[in-house]
Amino acid sequence: MSTESKSSIPTDSEIVFGILNNSENAIKRLYVAYFPMVMQLILNNNGTPDDAKDIYQEAIIVLYNKVKKGDFELNSKLKTFIYSVCRRLWLKRLSQMNRYGGDIHDFNDYLPVEDEVEEQGERDIQFTKMQSALQLLGEPCKTIIEDFYIHNRSMQEICESFGYTNADNAKTQKYKCLQRLKKLFFQQK
Amino acid sequence: MRDEQLIEAIERYLSGEMNADERNAFEQLRRENAESDTRVIEHQQFTGLLKQYGERVELERRLNAIHQEIDVHAIAEEVTVHPSWIVQLWRDHHSKISVAASIAIFAVLATLFFTGYLNNNNSYTELSREVGRLNRSTTDMKKDINAIKKGRVIAAPDKSRGTGFAITSNGLIATSFHVVNGADSIYIQDVSGRSFKAKAIYNDPQSDVSILKVIDTTFRNLGQIPYTFKHSESDLAENVFTFGFPQDSPVYGDGRLTSASGLNGDTLDYEISVPINPGNSGGPLLDSKGNIIGIVRAKETRLEGVHFALKSGYLLNAIKNIPEDSLTKVPVLNTENALAKLTRQQQVKKIKPYVFMVKVY
Repeated sequence: MSTESKSSIPTDSEIVFGILNNSENAIKRLYVAYFPMVMQLILNNNGTPDDAKDIYQEAIIVLYNKVKKGDFELNSKLKTFIYSVCRRLWLKRLSQMNRYGGDIHDFNDYLPVEDEVEEQGERDIQFTKMQSALQLLGEPCKTIIEDFYIHNRSMQEICESFGYTNADNAKTQKYKCLQRLKKLFFQQK
Repeated sequence: MRDEQLIEAIERYLSGEMNADERNAFEQLRRENAESDTRVIEHQQFTGLLKQYGERVELERRLNAIHQEIDVHAIAEEVTVHPSWIVQLWRDHHSKISVAASIAIFAVLATLFFTGYLNNNNSYTELSREVGRLNRSTTDMKKDINAIKKGRVIAAPDKSRGTGFAITSNGLIATSFHVVNGADSIYIQDVSGRSFKAKAIYNDPQSDVSILKVIDTTFRNLGQIPYTFKHSESDLAENVFTFGFPQDSPVYGDGRLTSASGLNGDTLDYEISVPINPGNSGGPLLDSKGNIIGIVRAKETRLEGVHFALKSGYLLNAIKNIPEDSLTKVPVLNTENALAKLTRQQQVKKIKPYVFMVKVY
């Protein structure tokens, strides 16, 4: 990609294909392109720059997942989609903080995106549970589980890095860890 | 099959590590044993979630890294709508400002109320001695109680006091209406302490004049009145004096005529700088030649040394208006001034017998 196109706002299809191809650059350009818009929305509706960051990143994740799942249709502009999600998320946040006065200053058109935001919210709950379950799991279980199930490292590699004498010991250890993780995960309300 | 082995089998099955035979055998097991089938699905979902969680963490890390490179502050500056500082001040502090403003308004109103600014009449006290009455009432009550205990008959104390002066030698006395207003009975007392019963024969509340007639049989003709009554208005800076009863013995006071109109431009009154006190009300105001030019009647409480006297013209009107049936003969005012050439001491000595304390019960 040329330096010129880096600085300008990327086209929507560039971004979508970039996400599908796991392009680091595409996400970066997307992020830089629309952050000021979200900043404007949040700051002018009782928010702080940190709120803007949280909301914007959440919206990017919604978009990312939607594209990855393959059900993002380019019938609306990316900009509008991001704005709508941020708007929805911010309204939700405001009403949780009891700061919503029933009025929001809009700077863009927006779409109904309740479903996406709802879905994201549910997944976020699962992830929070998973995070705390992993936290409670402790070492070395946490690293074993992360290495095997998240980073796709083989049992052989794990066995070596943890200094297990044979792969069966490592497997048994991993099995126990997984059982404990499940228990911790499902125990949570 | 032990649980650990089952999990391992499920993992191998899901990751596609099984060969065709193993695979068929495992699928057979899934079909026949519903429990193992459920375990497969459960495991698949859980590890899927774990995987997604990992991806999410990774994505967030990347986004945070990108965020680090952005100059958040500059963007914030750029997109913030900057209202004028006064609007900003209002937005940030409007509740505080509102509270402060209401307290301020309340304080101002309360101050105005308690200082009497809202009620103009309060600054204009009529000079009858009613003012001191409340202070005395408690001691009087004590005295009364003691007297009753001892079985003594008590003379009721007077309600208020003022000053009056003779306008004819046969016992017509001029005073202020507010001195005798609401009186049950009126007594006048001369400088030597003799009291005579009197009654009001004419009241003019508008100009605050009252004409009393002495009805006591012990009253003797006063003799030639030494002063005359001035018909025209007096000039500013005229040297004036008064003589009256703010206390039991008569008090002399002098000053200047400072304005041809009274409080708030009231043309009934002169403004004078004569030191007067409650009890002076109704007293005569004389000029240096010994002409009655007014009746002392009020003072401005907010300003020191500002007092008012009714112009003599209104007194003359009142005399003219006395209903004839309350008079035995038409009052004839003195026209020969016996004071003009005298010193002030002699003037005061001369008028002394013609000025009375007016006691109201």
